[in-house]
Amino acid sequence: MVRDPRLPEPLNWGTFTQGLWRDNPVFVMLLGLCPVLAVTNTAMNALAMGIATTFVLLSSGVLVSLLRKLIPKQVRIASYIIIIATFVTIADYAIMAISLDLYNALGAFIQLIVANCIILGRAEAYASKNQVVNAFVNGLGMGLGFTFALLCLGVVREILGSGTLFGLSLFGADFQPWAIFVLPPGGFFVLAFWLFLFAVVRKHRSHSRIQEQEIADAA
Amino acid sequence: MQPDSLTFIFLNAFIINNFVLAMFLGLCPFLGVSGKIKTAWNMGLAVIFVMLVSSNCAYFINKLLVRYELEFLRLICYIAVIASAVQLVEMAVKRFSPALFRTLGIFLPLITTNCAILGLALFQTNRNYNFTQSLAFSIGAGAGFTLALILMAGLREKLELADVPDVSMGAALSLTLAGLLSLAFMGFAGLGG
Repeated sequence: MVRDPRLPEPLNWGTFTQGLWRDNPVFVMLLGLCPVLAVTNTAMNALAMGIATTFVLLSSGVLVSLLRKLIPKQVRIASYIIIIATFVTIADYAIMAISLDLYNALGAFIQLIVANCIILGRAEAYASKNQVVNAFVNGLGMGLGFTFALLCLGVVREILGSGTLFGLSLFGADFQPWAIFVLPPGGFFVLAFWLFLFAVVRKHRSHSRIQEQEIADAA
Repeated sequence: MQPDSLTFIFLNAFIINNFVLAMFLGLCPFLGVSGKIKTAWNMGLAVIFVMLVSSNCAYFINKLLVRYELEFLRLICYIAVIASAVQLVEMAVKRFSPALFRTLGIFLPLITTNCAILGLALFQTNRNYNFTQSLAFSIGAGAGFTLALILMAGLREKLELADVPDVSMGAALSLTLAGLLSLAFMGFAGLGG
């Protein structure tokens, strides 16, 4: 049965898992690529960025959902941006207070979370049409999916590019790091590799599904 | 070259630390509108214009905010300025070239969430550029963005005719190309001495 897309969605398991795999913001929707490539030269930076983005995604989603009946339609995008910018400012100051090293490593990219299209996209496409609980659960799923993608890149780039994982040495002193992986081109190559891998997996799956269907039809 | 000379700031933003290929700013339009050279060129011009306007405004707004000790409002003010500048460009393009308006489509309003523009405003504040330096920085960054976009569009026009495995079609292939371009641009590192 096809649902009317204007109606609020019921809360179910799919609300949460949507962002994790089926509509993963990075690997499927290709949104918010700038931080994905820019701060994933170590796994630690990737994790911190993921948590900060999840926080902004969650809180702005909840607030937008709470205010969805009050915000006039004509100025909604501007209002969303201001809500998002407020939470990003909070995250920015919080990270500065927690760890100055981390703050310096991430640089302007924490403030650039404002310009991350996933957050505005979720506010417009989901939070503004659904109840607070749904917005919370969906935002959490999207945020975790985003963090997962960041970690996928960060782990590969740190292991190959500096021979460490979360700062711990993996291969001993003899390892010759592939410096290219911590440099900008490495980011593009690793993301391209993951996308290629997922495309192969997806193709393989749809093939086996068609074969199963054919067997079922024959029987 | 002096690190704070205008030529250096321009070259640095233009090719040495290219906004797209070395700093990963503005990747959405870079992957989205790089299908044809003509569209890429027009998109580049629109971005240069928005960059110029928002960089100038950001400079004066920052002066005001620092004067009244309201630095925590910086991000909100910058994004508001950028959104207004984009609105201006959108109205101008719609009025003077409806055809271009249709080709750019959704990517025109999306310049607002183009991190290259917000990044530009934030970087010039962090580096304490004065007015002329900010001007050189924004022109360099805009030109660098346009250059990367046009190079990519040229490559992708050729690629249309290439025979590649179908699993690697689309984003994976574009990103590999971007990686190769970025590798080439690394050759400019150290140009300024």
